[in-house]
Amino acid sequence: MDKHYQLAIIGAGPAGLAAACLAAEHDVHFALLDEQPGPGGQIYRSIENVTGHKAKVLGEDYLRGRQLLEDFRRHCKHYFPNTQVWSLDSQREIGLTHDGQARTIRAEQVLVAGGAMERPVPFPGWTLPGVMYAGAGQILLKSAGLVPEDEVVLAGSGPLLLLLAWQYCRAGVKIKALLDLTPPFNVIRALPHLPRALKAHHYLTKGLMFQRELKRAGVPLLKGVSELRAEGEKRLESVSFLQRGQRASIPATLLLTHFGVIPHIWLTQAAGCRHLWDQEQQCWRPQLDVWGNTTIEGILVAGDGAGIGGARAAEYAGRIAAIQALHALGRLNTNERNRLAEDDRKLLATELAIRPFLEAYFKVPFSRMMTEVPDETIVCRCEEVTAGQIKRAVAEGHTDSNQVKFFTRCGMGPCQGRQCANAVAQLVATTRGIPVPEAGLYRGRPPVTPLSLSQLSELEQGDQA
Amino acid sequence: MTPDVLIIGGGLMGASTALQLAKRDQKVLVLEKDAPGRHASGVNAGGLRQLNRHPAEIPLTVEAAKLWRNIRELVDSDCDARFTGQLRVAENHQDLQLLQQRADLVRSLGYTHETIIDRDELFRLVPVLSRHCVGALYCREDGYARPYHTLTAFRRKAQSLGVTFLAGNKVVGVERTNDLWQVQTPLGHYQAPILVNCAGAWANQIAKALGEEVPLTPKAPMLMITERLPPFIEPVLGAASRKLSFKQMQNGTLLIGGAHLARLDFGQERTEIDWGKLKESAATVTALFPQLKKVRIVRTWAGLEAFMPDNIPVIGPSSTLEHAYHAFGFSAHGFQLSPIVGIIMSQLILDGKSQLPIDAFRVDRFQKKG
Repeated sequence: MDKHYQLAIIGAGPAGLAAACLAAEHDVHFALLDEQPGPGGQIYRSIENVTGHKAKVLGEDYLRGRQLLEDFRRHCKHYFPNTQVWSLDSQREIGLTHDGQARTIRAEQVLVAGGAMERPVPFPGWTLPGVMYAGAGQILLKSAGLVPEDEVVLAGSGPLLLLLAWQYCRAGVKIKALLDLTPPFNVIRALPHLPRALKAHHYLTKGLMFQRELKRAGVPLLKGVSELRAEGEKRLESVSFLQRGQRASIPATLLLTHFGVIPHIWLTQAAGCRHLWDQEQQCWRPQLDVWGNTTIEGILVAGDGAGIGGARAAEYAGRIAAIQALHALGRLNTNERNRLAEDDRKLLATELAIRPFLEAYFKVPFSRMMTEVPDETIVCRCEEVTAGQIKRAVAEGHTDSNQVKFFTRCGMGPCQGRQCANAVAQLVATTRGIPVPEAGLYRGRPPVTPLSLSQLSELEQGDQA
Repeated sequence: MTPDVLIIGGGLMGASTALQLAKRDQKVLVLEKDAPGRHASGVNAGGLRQLNRHPAEIPLTVEAAKLWRNIRELVDSDCDARFTGQLRVAENHQDLQLLQQRADLVRSLGYTHETIIDRDELFRLVPVLSRHCVGALYCREDGYARPYHTLTAFRRKAQSLGVTFLAGNKVVGVERTNDLWQVQTPLGHYQAPILVNCAGAWANQIAKALGEEVPLTPKAPMLMITERLPPFIEPVLGAASRKLSFKQMQNGTLLIGGAHLARLDFGQERTEIDWGKLKESAATVTALFPQLKKVRIVRTWAGLEAFMPDNIPVIGPSSTLEHAYHAFGFSAHGFQLSPIVGIIMSQLILDGKSQLPIDAFRVDRFQKKG
């Protein structure tokens, strides 16, 4: 690894890979850094190793990643898998660990393509063993071909939940129930966005196909579910919920939940880029211009890390951001940049046409769920801080997320607040009756992922600013 | 209603001063530019240290230590204070000689809180310490507390006695007319006969408005914290010839400081970790505790703090104008002093003089003589 690159791309999902291919075509000195052992990101995880029946289980869209990977393998010289990026600062110094060695490198342009993560939503019992994110279930399926042996209950809202249910069905997993927590009135809210969404109708037809096949497979699909609870003494024993005003309960040993995905903002947050609260997506995302520039010069974001748009949108946005980076490096003048990005910008616009519909349709009742969350429910898993403790801190005059963090230690654990930042901001906002942006986002406290004392003590330093 | 005293800065010094004034029936208004504890008062290392202080601070630190022992009586909270002792480790005989000189100095001033301990006693106190260490300077009454909780306790106690705290009120103008200080913030206009400057890293800006140039430098010392470990060390530990402050907190995490500075953008109030310097802190820890090599660092940060050229604070009346007072510039070791500073300030304001010697902390000490 060199100490200095013209361009550093962080993340080898669709955005990062597309950007890398473009950078390679233009012969830029760049590095692609990724924490996974192989390229593809979450969406195309293990794609180079998946064949035969397993590939069939995962579906066509997954295989779309193959082409991207082939292009990438032809081009990319400075690809560093198994690389944890634990710091990014405003001077574009990147702290990372590769092969156990911690080092800092510097790049003139940094493209953060960190993708998305499951939206954490605290509900009673969500910390019990036996309760997992659907995304984790999918990772096991993709990387190890692992499926649960027992019957599984799926609960939540969002396309990924349907996709996983469908993939599980094809893999022969018995699904005890699929609890749809999507509020019924979302359909009405989504309708105005439907005409535009038809531009990207393949998503709609796919969604309907999933539902049809699940019904055919005999999966009980329960709609209009609310007040989800995971119950059990030491581990999950049953899942209970409200449907049509009645509380029902299903015995279960495995509950996979999914409440949509949110951008991975922790590196741009560490760098001090400005972030906005996206009311529709109910998450923080970096403030960007149309080229993917953040509020800090030389730091760009593309893909789901910029706001959820899906894998195809990520590809286009990744290329657009790479083109902008080439422009900033002086390799393309303004006209060349605009011309080169034209197709991708059109494709991106078409691709994003469906988002308002999906966002409205699958809008998780996050603020309501955070209003309903009982005082004894843990919100910060690392430090075991409950909703009640957070509300009490607010009542005692700790008026924003950071003060509540200082006082209760929520967000101070090894996950760096990834699991509770949104929930705490929402709780503070709800308790005080203020908008979420006023409650604020935790300030970044690198390292974004832990590194050991010996790794830091043996840090190899790159170029100084 | 016009308050008797207006304090600029809602950190620990401001809150402690407000509390002591309220105890003596003064109406106090505290203006805070952010939220209390946003900077040094909320994010410092929480050391309750008498050990190795500047001689001028010794009378203050010793009185402060007494207050800390009974901190609940003062603020209705124990501030999570622990009295585990603090050590300054000698790694060789040269170190030990320096520490011996220090102990002699303290004794010559008539104090007994700092003593030399030998190797055996050191390893009895810290069995896991690397075997090359040869002894230490020790203060058994020292310890640590939780800074943000302490600030909250001081603030809430002061509020219960009638003090008003207004957050989000950055002072943009100060002047004296009609025998009153007129203080302007974007949110309002406030006045009071007496003004106290506890504005931390921004205190020189307030002093300047009073016509006093103060050579204050804002700096941001870095701290890092590890994952939780089973309890293995009680005392807070420093080193004679290395920059280090090391302690295991109440919850098992290790808090590691060492006065290495972060990069600072003062205007933006943003700090950035200088990993190359923080590396030294990590190397110091692994040298003293080789078994901690695999321990993971989970967070780092740097709080904004006011440093004076001589590393001791400014405490006392304004040198240019009457009815104005300063308490700032604690140079990253003010936490332990905060309870006594409130008392000193209330005495200065209400009695005209402090019962403790504070001449060394005069605001005009940096002016050229003659």
